[in-house]
Amino acid sequence: MFQLRIHGRGGQGVVTGAEMMSIAAFLGGRHAQAFPSFGSERTGAPVVAFCRMDDKEIRLREPIMQPDAIIIQDPTLLHQVDVFGGLKKDGYILINTTRSFGEMGLGDFVKGFRPERLLTVPATELAKKHVGRPVPNMPLLGAFAALSGLISLTAVQSAIDQKFSGAVAKGNQAAAKEAYDIVMEHAKNVQETQHA
Amino acid sequence: MLEQCEGSHAVAQAVALSRPEVICAYPISPQTHIVEGLGQLVKSGDLTNCEFINVESEFAALSVAIGASAAGARSYTATASQGLLFMAEAVYNASGLGLPIVMTVANRAIGAPINIWNDHTDSMSMRDAGWLQIFAETNQEALDLHIQAFKIAEELSLPVMVCMDGFILTHAYERIDMPDQAQVDKFLPPYEPRQVLDPNEPVTIGAMVGPEAFTEVRYLAHAKQMQALDLIPQIAAEFKQLFGRDSGGLIKTYQTEDADTIVIAMGSVLGTIKDTVDDLRAQGVKVGVLGITSYRPFPISAIRDATAKAKRIVVIEKCFAVGIGGIVSRDVRSAVRNRPQPVLTVVAGLGGRAITKASVHKLLQDAIADKLELLTFLDLDWGIVNRVLEREKTQRRSGPIAEGVLRDMGTVASKVAG
Repeated sequence: MFQLRIHGRGGQGVVTGAEMMSIAAFLGGRHAQAFPSFGSERTGAPVVAFCRMDDKEIRLREPIMQPDAIIIQDPTLLHQVDVFGGLKKDGYILINTTRSFGEMGLGDFVKGFRPERLLTVPATELAKKHVGRPVPNMPLLGAFAALSGLISLTAVQSAIDQKFSGAVAKGNQAAAKEAYDIVMEHAKNVQETQHA
Repeated sequence: MLEQCEGSHAVAQAVALSRPEVICAYPISPQTHIVEGLGQLVKSGDLTNCEFINVESEFAALSVAIGASAAGARSYTATASQGLLFMAEAVYNASGLGLPIVMTVANRAIGAPINIWNDHTDSMSMRDAGWLQIFAETNQEALDLHIQAFKIAEELSLPVMVCMDGFILTHAYERIDMPDQAQVDKFLPPYEPRQVLDPNEPVTIGAMVGPEAFTEVRYLAHAKQMQALDLIPQIAAEFKQLFGRDSGGLIKTYQTEDADTIVIAMGSVLGTIKDTVDDLRAQGVKVGVLGITSYRPFPISAIRDATAKAKRIVVIEKCFAVGIGGIVSRDVRSAVRNRPQPVLTVVAGLGGRAITKASVHKLLQDAIADKLELLTFLDLDWGIVNRVLEREKTQRRSGPIAEGVLRDMGTVASKVAG
């Protein structure tokens, strides 16, 4: 079973992000379960949502305390919430920011993690460019598809079609695609550097 | 057809497929998405021959459902928590009059202290109100139980409450298999009322009944619930034949055949318990799970038979009766009366506290070692409790308890985990 936790703020589409992740996993033929942290959330307040994926039925209903992956939709939470709580040492970290892990003061923290599983993407900028609003959840989904290979970009695009329509769907699909491409390009560069 | 969707959406679709004629509702978390979904289906024209009535309160919601049902309409409403309490008088009237209304209760705690999260206190408060109460373990089962509920209710002419864990199920996205209209139509025939307010054949419904007949009328309500003990499994079998799924029935067992320890619970927590049982079984521990689907009527014989060989029974329940302890466990004790096996009460998951596999694992190890007390509050913070008790001893004006506990914990905002 693969377990993912998304941290963000009310209004950033955190819960929708987890739900869409589960739809994308479902479209890929897997079982998936997504649920919010059930708080009485308000715009701007810290929000957590969860997603599990497995090849068999998922029965477990507890919150995800030892995630395999963390997506952080708002880097200002790094100093407010224990966003990395319980994260496995071989886990994935995906942060929405224009900065690097080192620039965010996380250089020491991420030592010991697998570098190819750590990633930052400017998801807010991509959302603004393609959707016209700073909602980073869909580009992050695209980036996560590229980072982990657990869901496909096609499934993400189809999930977006199920949930949204018209210009909003098209914008989100474009944003997810560009995020996906950025990550794939980055991965290729890392690989080439390693081979060099 | 398989789809990945929210529990509330699945239930709204299932209710719509059951062709309700009147839906009346007042929004309250965590039920809101269900009636919102139904409202949209009526407005869009996808659900036809159905009137969606916005009402001013939960009391009005059920009162409108009572009127509609008495006029011969298949009627549905949904509520939770304080909303169920606010409609309490009408809850008793719906069952007392024998009207087959189906109502979803998206289980949520009752205040004070105010709390929007899941436990079973709300539907438990109405356990003796004469409604059937059936509990869903998954969103698939919630969907299936709603379709079955209309059939059970109308067959008996009694109302049915379908209970599903608020947020944990209502707000969870998971895979469900949505039946099509033709399948549901085949399973659920049009409503044929036993009693109806018809101007062409006038009757009154709701007579005053004095001491000469009140006991008989009340006994008949009990007799009908006893009939439901046969009807519920029969309808689950019919459902399985048409839809190919095991949903509903009185109880469900998992790994109980050779189990020394049987855990009994209701609702979504059964999944977490089953995963824990798998872990313990892998270590050679003989433990099993019994899920109660039909809480009212209470399946005494089924539970008695399924637990006959167990050395001990652990009841994990999301509610408790202040001043005595367990509620479900008390009913279980009456099912296994005259047997030496202890029935241990574990109160867990109150007000949305997560029931974790780790806690259940430890709890069951204690139970197996015969170290579990008769009444346990899972993951209770004794430090905080004792601090408040101490303060009350030493200070006359010790202040409001809830605020004091939050201050002692240093809680800034409510959180479930993380």
